[in-house]
Amino acid sequence: MELLNNLALGFQVAITPTTLSLAVIGCILGTIIGALPGLGPSNGVAILIPLSFSFNLDATQALVLMTSVYYGAMYGGRISSILLNIPGDEPAMMTTLDGYPMAKKGRAGDALVLSGFASFVGAFLATIGLMLLAPILARIAFLFGPAEYFALYLLAFCTLGGIGSQNQAKAAVSVCLGLGLAMIGVDNSTGMTRFTGGNLHLFDGIDFLVAIVGLFAVTEVFVFIESHGKDSTIGVKLTKITIPIKDIIFTRWTILRGTLVGFVAGLLPGAGASLGSFLAYMSEKALAKDKSLFGKGDPRGIAAPEAGNNAAAGGALVPMLTLGVPGSGTTAVLLALLMTLNITPGPLLFTERPEVVWGLIATLLIANFVLLILNVPLVKIFAKILQVPASILLPGVTMISFVGIFSLSGSHFDLLLMIGFGVLGFVLRKLEIPVVPVILGILLGEHMEVSLRRAMVLSDGDWTYLFSSNISIGLWAAAVIGFLAPIFLRPYLKKPVAHKTDIK
Amino acid sequence: MSDRLFGFTTAILALAFFASAYQLESPFFADPVGPKTFPYIIASIAFISGSVMILFPDSNPKWPNFVIFLKLGFAVIILVGYAFTLKPLGFLIPTALAAGILSFQIAPNISGAVITGILLSIILFIVFKYFLGLGLFPFSRGLI
Repeated sequence: MELLNNLALGFQVAITPTTLSLAVIGCILGTIIGALPGLGPSNGVAILIPLSFSFNLDATQALVLMTSVYYGAMYGGRISSILLNIPGDEPAMMTTLDGYPMAKKGRAGDALVLSGFASFVGAFLATIGLMLLAPILARIAFLFGPAEYFALYLLAFCTLGGIGSQNQAKAAVSVCLGLGLAMIGVDNSTGMTRFTGGNLHLFDGIDFLVAIVGLFAVTEVFVFIESHGKDSTIGVKLTKITIPIKDIIFTRWTILRGTLVGFVAGLLPGAGASLGSFLAYMSEKALAKDKSLFGKGDPRGIAAPEAGNNAAAGGALVPMLTLGVPGSGTTAVLLALLMTLNITPGPLLFTERPEVVWGLIATLLIANFVLLILNVPLVKIFAKILQVPASILLPGVTMISFVGIFSLSGSHFDLLLMIGFGVLGFVLRKLEIPVVPVILGILLGEHMEVSLRRAMVLSDGDWTYLFSSNISIGLWAAAVIGFLAPIFLRPYLKKPVAHKTDIK
Repeated sequence: MSDRLFGFTTAILALAFFASAYQLESPFFADPVGPKTFPYIIASIAFISGSVMILFPDSNPKWPNFVIFLKLGFAVIILVGYAFTLKPLGFLIPTALAAGILSFQIAPNISGAVITGILLSIILFIVFKYFLGLGLFPFSRGLI
């Protein structure tokens, strides 16, 4: 009953003209952002956050807009995977494996409709999962003291670093980089400044939005200059849209399995959508009796990763909202939005600001139907957007990033810092050092330190307090496993190699 | 080699970070952990993982050639210039220049780049100023 009451409250917030139109705008923008190669959900949400402040939206509205963009980008990511063989974002990588071959066989329309439907099922069921699971987890989260939170942050860094990178040392460097940058500025408990080098601009610390936009959007510009924007418009023509009912019926269990796998992967702090689509694809391939068609346009190879990736997107919201620990790069960006709006995610959010949480959930339920319409019957319009050449798109994205960051503080110092992060992101990407842990480090560094220090105040400096409850021991164990297990699993979990686009 | 260099830089930075934390004066009313301990932990982990990168480097990434490096450096200079001129010179001219040059760098086509720069500058100005209500100035305020 409580759930129904909460939902009713949520729909009261959601079904207002402003909120609904924001959701629709968010879905459209998100699908465009997802579809454009080189502009994934994390970039997209990051460059839009500063701009969303200028709308004077309240917390719920801003969250609704950005989460719709997030869901939309997850749907849209498959469009360029299928038509151009370029994943619009990292989680959509797995969709290129079977989506592009199927499109080359002249079934681009079928592939888009099937993957759109799989996305819908994945995202919709995951939103329901979020609705059921988040309040329970929020109640458990009340048991978390500072020692547990410290272990939880550690777990997030360990799994994110362990899974997201091919090299544990590089993952650790990336986490330390983020945490170290988070230390810059005034230390809240003592009021003294640390690591600022006397620079007044740094006293407030580094604004995480500056780091995020730099590391995602500005880096992308450098990558495109390096590659000369090549393979930006080669691809498959989309002719007509039909509904491949046979394929949908054939893949119904695949979609449901992919949803479940993806949702669980999304729940793990630090794992996120890439893992979701990867595991969904691999498990479907392992289950299939006839594997010969995988990689050559098997409909199951399209349905599974898309259901998985969208379900993971919903799943990743659960730890983000209940514990304040994001499960992926984009939820990290959404966490940055919440923190800028002065909303602290966590169990208290559910009791003190139920209208924010339930309004968000209700809007997401509605947004999924909007996205289904945008991504199945109207997908042709979005496919047209892929023809925007990189030489227009990338300068546009850069200018939007500059103005967005400039509008935050009006100082050129932040802009220079952002360019610095762009260069750093380029170097990191070249060295295959993951970028998301840097962002998570900047976002969570202060919280992690504060929870450590509070735990030590509570225990009067006794370090064994960190391992004194079953929850924290479990989290520490999971953190160690999450960081080390990928070393041993790596040979078995090799990513299938993507197809080469034939350039003629 | 790239990994070794990066690992070395990380290790040096970690030492500097450690030293900088060491020099902080602990206030006498501090909590048991104080403002230094967490930075110490970060510096130590960074030093260890930097050293691991020196000892066990991955194979070299494919670095762009010298010409492309020059181009990237030029792009950085353009962006820095844009950052400095955006406020004093107003929005339109620096944006058109920066967008045009970046566009040319991605696809070397002069007329395309000129049109991209001018159109992007005008369209974005209209969107930012009138739809989003940002306080941008079209030209240098000194001129008006």
